[in-house]
Amino acid sequence: MTTETKTGSVRPPFWRDVKVLRVVAQLVAGGLAVVLFLYLARNLRTNLTAANIPTDFAFLDQPAGVTVTGSDFKATQPISDIILLGIKNTFALAIVGIPLLTILGTLIGIARLSSNYLVRKAATAYVETLRNIPPLLVIIFTNTAVILSLPAIRDAATPFDLFVISNRFLAIPWATAQDNSGTYLAVLGIGFVASIAVWIWRTRRFDATGAPHHRFLWGTGTFVLFAVVGFFALGRPFTLSRPEVVDGRIIEGGYQTVGPYVAVLLALVIYTASHVAEIVRGSIQAVAKGQTEAANALALSSFQRLRFVVLPQAFRIAIPPLINQYLNFTKNTSLAIAIGYAEITLVVFQAIGNANPAPQLILILMGSYLLFSLSISLLINFLNRRLQLVTN
Amino acid sequence: MAVQTDTAAVHRESPAVRWAKENLFSTWYNSLLTLIFGALFVWLGFSVIRWVFFEAEWEIVRVNLTLFMVGRFPREELARVWVSNFLIAGAIGLMAGAAAASAAAAAKEAGLPFTQSTPRNWLQRFWPILLLVVILLQFSQTWTPTVLTLVTIAIGVGARYVGLHLPRAVRRWAWLIVVVMLIGAYGALSWFGGVKWDSWGGLHLTLFVTVAGIVLAFPLGLLLALGRRSSLPLVRMLSVGYIEFIRGVPLITLLLMGIFALGFLLPPGVDPSDVTRLIVAITLFTAAYVAENVRGGLQAVPKGQTEAGQALGLSPWKVMRLIVLPQALRAVIPAMVGQFISLFKDTSLLVVVGIVELLQVSSIANNQPEFLGRGLAEVTLPFVALIYWVGSYTMSRESRRLEKKLGVGER
Repeated sequence: MTTETKTGSVRPPFWRDVKVLRVVAQLVAGGLAVVLFLYLARNLRTNLTAANIPTDFAFLDQPAGVTVTGSDFKATQPISDIILLGIKNTFALAIVGIPLLTILGTLIGIARLSSNYLVRKAATAYVETLRNIPPLLVIIFTNTAVILSLPAIRDAATPFDLFVISNRFLAIPWATAQDNSGTYLAVLGIGFVASIAVWIWRTRRFDATGAPHHRFLWGTGTFVLFAVVGFFALGRPFTLSRPEVVDGRIIEGGYQTVGPYVAVLLALVIYTASHVAEIVRGSIQAVAKGQTEAANALALSSFQRLRFVVLPQAFRIAIPPLINQYLNFTKNTSLAIAIGYAEITLVVFQAIGNANPAPQLILILMGSYLLFSLSISLLINFLNRRLQLVTN
Repeated sequence: MAVQTDTAAVHRESPAVRWAKENLFSTWYNSLLTLIFGALFVWLGFSVIRWVFFEAEWEIVRVNLTLFMVGRFPREELARVWVSNFLIAGAIGLMAGAAAASAAAAAKEAGLPFTQSTPRNWLQRFWPILLLVVILLQFSQTWTPTVLTLVTIAIGVGARYVGLHLPRAVRRWAWLIVVVMLIGAYGALSWFGGVKWDSWGGLHLTLFVTVAGIVLAFPLGLLLALGRRSSLPLVRMLSVGYIEFIRGVPLITLLLMGIFALGFLLPPGVDPSDVTRLIVAITLFTAAYVAENVRGGLQAVPKGQTEAGQALGLSPWKVMRLIVLPQALRAVIPAMVGQFISLFKDTSLLVVVGIVELLQVSSIANNQPEFLGRGLAEVTLPFVALIYWVGSYTMSRESRRLEKKLGVGER
């Protein structure tokens, strides 16, 4: 069925021409946004001038005027330094917390699918309790009920002489660099590259001959070989440093941290793990039932079924929401402000309290989080494209 | 356990034993796990009961119950809160009744079976709230709150009955009556020389901020979602920019902006109160998340629906309003309840900027001379946690129920 139309010869009047309307609509929307922006900017300028608040970022070079517990930050250092310290502390929470919450969340998620009734119920109780209370409450509770009720540093607990546990500072054993430590790190790097090369070699051999590749064993073995031989050949470049309480006041040696750090870390890990558990459970259940049945029909063992059939597919489903939870975890570290751990939000909050210009500081604060979130979003989009099942 | 087997050996076992064998002792490590977790459960239950009934000093909650409920709301004006509660209960009851009546009428017209929800259903759905109310009331030192709560419930039940039996012509306008009653509930609190929301607090303020945040954020979020799906590149860019910006920063940074920087963006002389500033910040924050939920709903409407609308010669606006949006918004309801829950939990952040919400009340109570330094935060915090838990847990179950009922996510 064809109809003769004379498109192009007779144009509709401009107020009904879609092409014109589209341009007009966008101009109106853009115009509104610009007007709003200019209006707010004018108000900001007027108000800041009236209140005699600087509109530039020169205040960043002023001395911060505060010290930070558990760090050697000096009050005379500029504000820009304390902001960098805040960002570093936020990262310190994210980098330790994310692996921990992944492990805990995965365990609980799998427990929710256990064939054991009690295990299943325990995991459900955990998830339903933690998911439904505010993370801030968990943080404050952990701080008051767990960390602050630990012994004072004078009579700190020192299990196995390896850890120091007190209500202000906590410490774990750590490696101290000796001579040749730089060389040793280089050796580890070479070992890592070598193990990847071995991995690729084993994979290629497997592809060519079909002989079992054992690439994980070979790769790890290569790395361990480099690590062990290098360690002794370079004359023990790292030694173990045990933390000790000195004068009942400070901790020396080891890797030490402050109580609020541990409180935020613990609280957010157990809170976020409840969300991760749901993602893990949902992803495993989302793998089509036929896949499991097919694996059983092929007489795969239950380990093989999980390793080669169910988990690779569940993983694909779980990755984007999982990264979203990592993002939430990182954003939630801002709640540390309530118990005084010097991450970026608290640092900015204090700087505003010390009569530094609020608009610029909040811009910096939002900018730091945004930079992080947007880079993660890009990663999610990239992974989504890589992991999407190729259909059709 | 509906598994039927003919083996004689199995028949000799009682169903309970068979169930235990399958679910608790199927393998040696399962038996081990059962023992460990059984011991854990017994120990946990024992400790919790001992703590709740014998160890915890509930005096601090008993004394400060009003503070937990309404914060620093002037005590001589408390009658206003109850009047407002009556109106809200009436509105909810009327709405539930009218909705049930409409559903029944629609089912009858379509010749489908319809079962009214029974008190038993309601008990199954809302037992945590009932439990919380009972717990709160047993903390009170007089009978007045109990009587007034019973009156509130009676009004709610009565209004539901009225809603069920409204004549059809009136039922169509029930939503208007409900809106008027809700506005009246707000008016009862703050009009005629009443108390402005800056002096509200406790659970009352938490609920108000949550509802206000969602209601105000919805229109903005809807616009943003439509903008994000728009075919106009500039509109799309603006919407995406806003949504991604807000979703990339923690709520607390927006709250700090509301308190410390929002005043600078307004014309000189305009100086809203702290609670107003925070509601603005929360609205701006929630709108971005609402937009993403609505976008999900819009994407769930099959393209054929739009095309069918276009084929009927409807204008784009009419296609959106009459065909796409009704289907999209219906699909969005469970996600919106989820959003409501997370906002409910997020109101706890207001403590950071010094608003008298539940966590702040907990710390105020622990700084009172008679409770100072006695470590009673270990009593008040679980109490606050219980309030949050009841609210979130009930709503999350409602959300799942709605999801099933609306068939969202079924392929």
